[in-house]
Amino acid sequence: MEPVAIIGVGQTAFSPNRKDQTYADLVYEATAAALSDARLSIANIDNIVTASNDFFDGRTISSMAIGDACGAAFGGGKSISTVEGDGTFAAFYGLSRILSGNYDTTLVVAHSKSSEGDLRLLTNAFFDPLTERLLGLDWVSAAALQARVFLREKNIGNIECGNVIVKNRANGAKNPKAHLRKPLSIDEALRSPLLASPLKETDVCPSSDGAAAIILASKSFAQKKSERPIWVRGVGVCADAPLGERNLAESKALRLAAHQAYQMAGIDNPTAQIDLVELSEQFSYQELLWLEELNYRNLSRVNLSGGCLSAHAWIVSGLVRMIEASLQLRGQASNQISNAKRAVAHGQYGLCGQSHSVWVLEN
Amino acid sequence: MNEILTHPSRIKVPYTWSAGEALSRFFKALRDEQKILGSRCLKCRKVYVPPKKTCGTCFVECSEWLEVGPSGTLVSFSQASYPSPAHRVLKPLFGLIRLEGSDTSFLHMLGETNLQSLKIGVKVLPVFAEKRTGSILDIAYFKVVS
Ligand SMILES: [Zn+2]
Repeated sequence: MEPVAIIGVGQTAFSPNRKDQTYADLVYEATAAALSDARLSIANIDNIVTASNDFFDGRTISSMAIGDACGAAFGGGKSISTVEGDGTFAAFYGLSRILSGNYDTTLVVAHSKSSEGDLRLLTNAFFDPLTERLLGLDWVSAAALQARVFLREKNIGNIECGNVIVKNRANGAKNPKAHLRKPLSIDEALRSPLLASPLKETDVCPSSDGAAAIILASKSFAQKKSERPIWVRGVGVCADAPLGERNLAESKALRLAAHQAYQMAGIDNPTAQIDLVELSEQFSYQELLWLEELNYRNLSRVNLSGGCLSAHAWIVSGLVRMIEASLQLRGQASNQISNAKRAVAHGQYGLCGQSHSVWVLEN
Repeated sequence: MNEILTHPSRIKVPYTWSAGEALSRFFKALRDEQKILGSRCLKCRKVYVPPKKTCGTCFVECSEWLEVGPSGTLVSFSQASYPSPAHRVLKPLFGLIRLEGSDTSFLHMLGETNLQSLKIGVKVLPVFAEKRTGSILDIAYFKVVS
C-alpha cells in the first residue's frame, strides 16, 4: 500500500454536557482545529467523510446537519459521504478515497452528544427489534454478559480490571481534553457499586459530548505540504457475527484486523515493535481482551491519553485514538513518552465490540 | 445574553416490521406449540436459534428446520441494577442460553431466581407466557432447574 499520511488533527474537549454548543458547532470546532494544525484552509480539502449515528443525533441523514460545519458546501460544494459507526471506519473510507488517486486530501470528522438523547434507549435500539430489543438490554448489560464469560475463561479478577481503571484515569488526569480528570484509587475502583454484574460503575467509560477530525493526505501532498506527517503503515478492518453467535471471551474480528495491519506494516512481535497503543476500551475488561487479540503485553504503554475510560464520545472515540497516537509520534502528547516511533490505534463499534479497526502509525 | 436554550423533543414513529419467513415460523411455533425452533446451515451444519434464513459464515441458506431445547445451559448472565425505560421489570436478569441442539447463544430474561443463585453452566428451562401473540415475549423468561 502506498503510504497515506495524517497531516492534521483536531478534537474538542470532552465533557458530560456541551449544552453551549450544537453538535454541528462541535464539528466546526474540531474541523477548524485540524485545519489549523495542518496549516491548511478548507480550500485545500478535496473531499469529506463524516461519521455519525442518526439515532444519536435524533434526525435522519445527520451528516446533512453538519455539512456547513465541515466545509461541505465550500467553493460550490465538495464530495461528502457518511459512515455510520466509529470514526476509524470513516478514516478507512477516507484513506481508500486517497488511494483511488482521485483525491489528495480527505477530511474525516466524527461527532456525538450523548447528553441530548437517552443512551439506554439508543443502545437498546442496537438490538434486533424482533428477537432481542423487547428484552430491554443495552450496551452495558450486553457487555456485562461478555465480561462474565471473558473474566471467567481467562481467570481474571477484580484487581486486574481495577488496575486498568487506575492506570487510565491517572493518564486521563494529565489530558486536558479528557472528560474525567480526577485519578481514581484502586480502593475506589474496587468499592464502586455494581451497575450490571459483574461490571461496576467505574468499569464503564463515561459518555461524553464531543467531536474529532483528522486530515489524511496522499504521499506526494504530505511530502510537499506537511512538516510532520504521521504515516499509515498498516490498517485492518473486520466485522464479527452478532453477539449470540460469538465466543465472547475472544474477538476474532480484532485478531484478524490486527493480523492484516501487522502484516502490512511488517510487525511480527507487537510488544517489541510497537511503542504505544491507543485502545478503544468502553469497559475495563475490554482493554485486557483487546490487548490479547492485539498480542500486546506492555500494559504501561496502553492508553497514555487516558483511553475511553477517561473520555468517550460515541462514534468519535476511535478517531481520538488515532489523534492521541499521532500526537505521541509527533512528541506533542499530554503524557508524552520519549522516542515514540511506531504506534497502534484501535477503533471498535457495536455491542461487545462487534467490529474493529487497527491502524499502525509511524513518524 | 449567554442563556442557551434547549429544545426537548422526541421521535415517535410506529413501525410494522415483517418478521419474514424464518422468524414467522419461529414465532408461530412459540405461540401455537410452545416449541423453540432452530434452522440449520446446509453447509457448516450450524444450528441457529433464533433461526436465520442465511448462514453468515457460509453465505448459503439455512433451510433445514429442527426443534431445539427446551432445556438449555446458561452461558452468561447479568443483572442490570440501574433503571432503564427499556426494562420490562425492575432490575432485570439477563441470560445467554445455549439451547440443547443449538450452536448459538439465545438471549433472554431469567426469572424465579436471583443473581446469587446463578452460575455459568446451570440448566435452564423456558417458562412460556400464558397469553402468546407470536413474539419473543411468548417465552416469559427462563428458570433454573435443579
Ligand atoms: Zn454455515
